[in-house]
Amino acid sequence: MKNKSLVSITDYSKDDYLKILDIAAEFEKNPSQHLLDGKIVATLFFEPSTRTRLSFESAINRLGGRVIGFSDANSSSVTKGETLKDTIKMVTGYVDLIVMRHPLEGAARYASEVASVPVINAGDGANQHPTQTLLDLYSIKKTQNTLENLNIFMIGDLKYGRTVHSLLMAMSNYNPTFFFISPDELKMPNEYKLFLEQHNIKYYEYRDFMPIIAEADIVYMTRVQKERFSDPIEYEKTKNAYVLNNSMLENTRENMKILHPLPRVNEISLDVDENPKAYYFTQAQNGVFVRQAIITSILGIK
Amino acid sequence: MKDKQLIVNAIKNGTVIDHIPAKNLFKVISILGLQTINNQITFGTGLESKKLGSKAIIKIADRYFLDEEINKIALVAPQAKLNIIRDYEVIEKRVVEVPDYIQGIVKCMNPKCITNNEEIKTKFTVLSKNEVSLKCHYCERITQQDRMVIL
Repeated sequence: MKNKSLVSITDYSKDDYLKILDIAAEFEKNPSQHLLDGKIVATLFFEPSTRTRLSFESAINRLGGRVIGFSDANSSSVTKGETLKDTIKMVTGYVDLIVMRHPLEGAARYASEVASVPVINAGDGANQHPTQTLLDLYSIKKTQNTLENLNIFMIGDLKYGRTVHSLLMAMSNYNPTFFFISPDELKMPNEYKLFLEQHNIKYYEYRDFMPIIAEADIVYMTRVQKERFSDPIEYEKTKNAYVLNNSMLENTRENMKILHPLPRVNEISLDVDENPKAYYFTQAQNGVFVRQAIITSILGIK
Repeated sequence: MKDKQLIVNAIKNGTVIDHIPAKNLFKVISILGLQTINNQITFGTGLESKKLGSKAIIKIADRYFLDEEINKIALVAPQAKLNIIRDYEVIEKRVVEVPDYIQGIVKCMNPKCITNNEEIKTKFTVLSKNEVSLKCHYCERITQQDRMVIL
């Protein structure tokens, strides 16, 4: 992994995942380790993502590294018409590592080919967001003590949800059973279902999760966005079918945990937050440890 | 009466590419870069073909192609046949095959792909060759044959 960019979750092998998760567990025990003294990391956010940027910057700061960069394209030379290539060529001479988010798909892969330092993809449009996937894996492993043979429920927007697609690919290494619960308009795309069939992984599709939620080990919630619907009436009819509230959790498994990539809007009621099965805020916190692990292993320190 | 029929002569040495769909003739020329070489080249188009309806043919004197060069035209002329000529004789016939990896030639169908927004040569892994399906090296989206646009 040393000096290798992390653009897509498939850039890492199953062994790489476990290595990252092990290092992340060490950082969770002892988050402030000055391993990046004298190192500079660029956080180039060509579109704003406060949550992801703060998580990366927290990780870098806890490691004692310095951060330079910008938090949206308006404050960078992009507004002057500079190409991505030129921006990356310039920054690559200033830093030891680039973390970048970009609204266009494939931007991070391209940057990794132009840069002479490693690039970590912090989201490229609807394509990939591998550090999110690794922190999801970490959260699943930590709460279930294993990644193997779990019942994974994915609820909400499964069509456009980049996080669920990457998580599906990564979890497919561990013989899961998937339950996809979504409105018809936002079903899991065929290419992913085909992928599961080719790998002999069981999956089931439902419109409603209540009859089956007792089977879940992990419930992965996503936001159902109004703008995804071609028919606004359809949205009004379906929006409340994918909202989780505390009373729905009564008959769920003891080990069951609710994950969400955040930001949440209304798909998880506030009354769930106090339930010990709600894990999304801890999941976000885990993101810092996982990003510490990724950064240090790419820089060859861990 | 004067014989007005113009006959394109056979070539002594070189390559004849037959069974090109007429509408893609100039794409084949541009993919092979024939507009930039000085060899003697003759082509005919709008020729009758049972298979293709209307076909084109290109004869390139003193030029032979490697498989990896010629396979680039497979996306625009999948049924193309090559006749390799030496001393007026066809010494070998070849067909084209869609390669495993394609650089340039095709546009990624995803408008949000970086290759459609900056000057970057497209790159694809070929997932399927019969009903051609290409996975973009950058955005990872799949471009199917029916949505394929040749650059």
